[in-house]
Amino acid sequence: MRAQYPSQTVGPFFAFALVREGGNMLVNEQTLGERITLKGRVLDGDNEPVDDALVEIWQADAQGRFRHPADPQHAQADPHFKGFGRSGTTGEGFCFQTIKPGPVPPSPVPCIAVRVFARGMLIHAVTRVYFSDHDNTQDPVFAGLDPVRRQTLVAQRCELPSGVVYRWDIRLQGEGETIFFDL
Amino acid sequence: MSESGHKGVLDWSIQPPYLHAPYVATVRRAPHHPLVPLAASLMERTGPVYGEGDIGPLDHDLTKNAAKNGEPLGERIIVTGRVLDENGRGVPGVLIEIWQANAAGRYIHKNDQHDAPLDPNFVGAGRTLTDEKGFYRFISIKPGAYPWKNHFNAWRPAHIHFSLIGRNFSERLVTQMYFPGDPLLEYDPIYQGIPNIKARSRLISRFDLETTQPEWALGYRFDIVLAGYDQTYFEPGGH
Ligand SMILES: [Fe+3]
Repeated sequence: MRAQYPSQTVGPFFAFALVREGGNMLVNEQTLGERITLKGRVLDGDNEPVDDALVEIWQADAQGRFRHPADPQHAQADPHFKGFGRSGTTGEGFCFQTIKPGPVPPSPVPCIAVRVFARGMLIHAVTRVYFSDHDNTQDPVFAGLDPVRRQTLVAQRCELPSGVVYRWDIRLQGEGETIFFDL
Repeated sequence: MSESGHKGVLDWSIQPPYLHAPYVATVRRAPHHPLVPLAASLMERTGPVYGEGDIGPLDHDLTKNAAKNGEPLGERIIVTGRVLDENGRGVPGVLIEIWQANAAGRYIHKNDQHDAPLDPNFVGAGRTLTDEKGFYRFISIKPGAYPWKNHFNAWRPAHIHFSLIGRNFSERLVTQMYFPGDPLLEYDPIYQGIPNIKARSRLISRFDLETTQPEWALGYRFDIVLAGYDQTYFEPGGH
């Protein structure tokens, strides 16, 4: 075995390398599925918005398929859906234009994988976001989590004239601290 | 390893903790709860797949990819190495993105207030994919040290930021490459935030005469071992 290399902070100056125009847009006009905006803030231990974090998401397409060889159905995955997105945060937070993913068996409910990087974090934090309009207790991971703390993983659905927005804040520390996983 | 016997991808005897008080910004950003074990689903065992079409021909050459009217100032360097998995096998198709300060220690970023000159021919960002054996290569300029406000007279050692996206969501690393013999490493709470001395020393690149090109550029070798779930897990017969 070779020893893995240690992580270091992304620092404050990553934007010109990692945050590209359109990086938070996972869809185009031909993508299948319900268009949603996923947005929220990253908050620190003082409940202040972190304006120099980087949020990455990875999710299935509307049919619950991943365009990746480990998915037996990858050949049928939506070619117009990117699956991966990145958003830098401002004081307003992060924002992704995506679709509601399909559930991925054995889970009957959808969710999105999330990773957070920031100045002041020597190593990233991994989490997940679920959707308020589903019975997430049917999900094998969600069901195994602390019933109070797991609410930190649920994005709230808001139907606005401009479209469907799911709001979800990531709390790094303190009251209502988001569940982070040891992936 | 947690109480439930879960073995995650990350080795916490090697990885830095969230809270490292000498690096002041960790104090209000470190999660207080322990990490929760996660039995990875197909979501964590898949991830974005990149190909040659995603990379431009000059993306790996930071001395050319932002040149306006000449060469950037500073000491030209070649940074090359191999990305390996924990079994020592080369990892192909890894997206490596790098960013760095210019030779004077200044970033192109609105929040960089260091009183050092910008270089009109240098942005300091590049990217490439590892080849089928896991090798990568960048051409750049040796970055300068720069001051920061963490404590009195704080200076970051010269470094290049590395971001690696491997074969699935679990195979992900953001780190920094340092240069051999840098006296600032001893005083840097980010580098020192890795408690394991042997582990942190792996982030120091090695001067390499074989990579060095006569009359042109100094060579540095930086291999990277990337942890993640085995790509072959879901392949037929790969269990
Ligand atoms: Fe830096």
